[in-house]
Amino acid sequence: MAITVARPKRNWRERLYLPAIAAGMVITIKHFKNTIFGRTKVTMQYPEEKWDSSLPEHYRGAPALVRDTDGRVRCVACQLCEFICPPRAIKIIPGEIPSTDRFAKVEKYPEEFDIDMVRCIFCGMCEEVCPEQAIFLRKDYAITGFTREEMVHDKDKLLEIGGVMHGVVLKWNEKK
Amino acid sequence: MNVFFITTSLLKIIGMIFVVILPMVSYAVYAERRVSALIQDRLGPNRVGPAGLFQPIADAAKFLFKEDFTPAQVNKFYYWLAPCLAMVPAITTIAVVPFGSTLLGVPMVIADINVGILYVFAISSLGVYGIVLAGWASNSKYPFLGGVRSSSQMISYELSLGLAVIPVFLLVGNLRLTNVVRYQIENGWMIAPFIGDWANLGKWLLAIPMITSFFVFTIAVFAETNRLPFDLPEAEQELAGGYHTEYSSMKFALFFLGEYAAMITGSAIIVTLFLGGWHLPLPSLHGGFHWLVVDGTAPGWRGVVGGLFNIATFFVKVAALLFMFMWVRWTLPRFRYDQLMRLGWLFFFEIALVNIFIVAGILAYFQF
Repeated sequence: MAITVARPKRNWRERLYLPAIAAGMVITIKHFKNTIFGRTKVTMQYPEEKWDSSLPEHYRGAPALVRDTDGRVRCVACQLCEFICPPRAIKIIPGEIPSTDRFAKVEKYPEEFDIDMVRCIFCGMCEEVCPEQAIFLRKDYAITGFTREEMVHDKDKLLEIGGVMHGVVLKWNEKK
Repeated sequence: MNVFFITTSLLKIIGMIFVVILPMVSYAVYAERRVSALIQDRLGPNRVGPAGLFQPIADAAKFLFKEDFTPAQVNKFYYWLAPCLAMVPAITTIAVVPFGSTLLGVPMVIADINVGILYVFAISSLGVYGIVLAGWASNSKYPFLGGVRSSSQMISYELSLGLAVIPVFLLVGNLRLTNVVRYQIENGWMIAPFIGDWANLGKWLLAIPMITSFFVFTIAVFAETNRLPFDLPEAEQELAGGYHTEYSSMKFALFFLGEYAAMITGSAIIVTLFLGGWHLPLPSLHGGFHWLVVDGTAPGWRGVVGGLFNIATFFVKVAALLFMFMWVRWTLPRFRYDQLMRLGWLFFFEIALVNIFIVAGILAYFQF
């Protein structure tokens, strides 16, 4: 059944429209004025201003490998992250640590560790699954490159992003 | 017709078009984008050059390098003619507008003809041909609707446009636009005829119909230049761009520039007819208080400065009106088509018509 919506009865001031037009003009000029004098919060001017300082601690940016305070790459090439990675972005080639090495008991180290940033979905599962706390999601989010090859982060690049992680697990330390 | 006249006229034409109108048009586009952004709490184009000031140059380069595509089904001749017809009348109209007093003894108007305002109406209404031809030649339904709307809108508002200026010429008694400016300097601006003659009740009464006339004329110019709230010919949301849907590259740019050039010309005519042209009343305390008229008649460098000052005054007034055009555009929604016609035929036409008789009555009664 059709419903007839009653139109509101307008008085002569409303029907003249001029007060409404004037009110609208006042509103827009107020916005104009406030934006000019910087009293309105406008969109962040991206390349100059960035969110970096206000990113939360739990932000999931690009994954990266870290070294411990001894300068050793924490990763033991267990390949758990490679298996858990949903888009299969991680590729690890493990190598053996020679018996003469100080950390010989660790047995394995990643000879190559590539993360394809074209595939990475920043889910953080690698970080969650890592038993050595060797891979972390850092705050880098602007990962760009001109070619697909450039978008693959190799071990050096990952360590560069990761830096040194203090504290946490130190189970390969000789004192243990 | 001597060499001096021809040289100065050519200089004025070239200066007016290439130094004033075209840069002003491109920067009006930039201003429009910045003003709309600021009204909507954004920043607008601010990347190219300082504060985005080179944006118009980048836009021009973009338009030049884009593919100039001609659809297969269009009527080629009219399709090519339409953008030119949109741009040319808008620029041609400026010829009779006095944009300054004199500079080194040369009057700052390109053609000071005695049919001034008639010439303006004759040429500016040709602008609709550009739109109608574009709509028709495009062979596409949206542009066609845009063209049809444009022509009927033009007919409806041309009437009030013409009637609204009659009060001005009742007062001046002359169609020459330089005389209109001269009259306003001597008797106060058209929207404030009481200036300088404060005790005269008739002048105060005269202000009411003159201000009405000013508003009717301004609104008719809005409709004439297809600006919001009267931009039905292009109505992006309904007609996908209207008459210029099928145009690309520089031909589209010509329509765009034509619209802004028409805006500038319209503002220039409003300034000339109602807002005192190049005149800016300056208070002077030499020998008691009076209004000082600065113009280019003074000898030596003072005349040159005065002449330049007049030109600057004129263009500042035009710029202020352009800002008002933009302000209105980003405030008011578009009219529905029947509302537009109703407004044109049932209100503005009558108001403008009655206004003439009121002004004539006041003139006859007070005899000034």
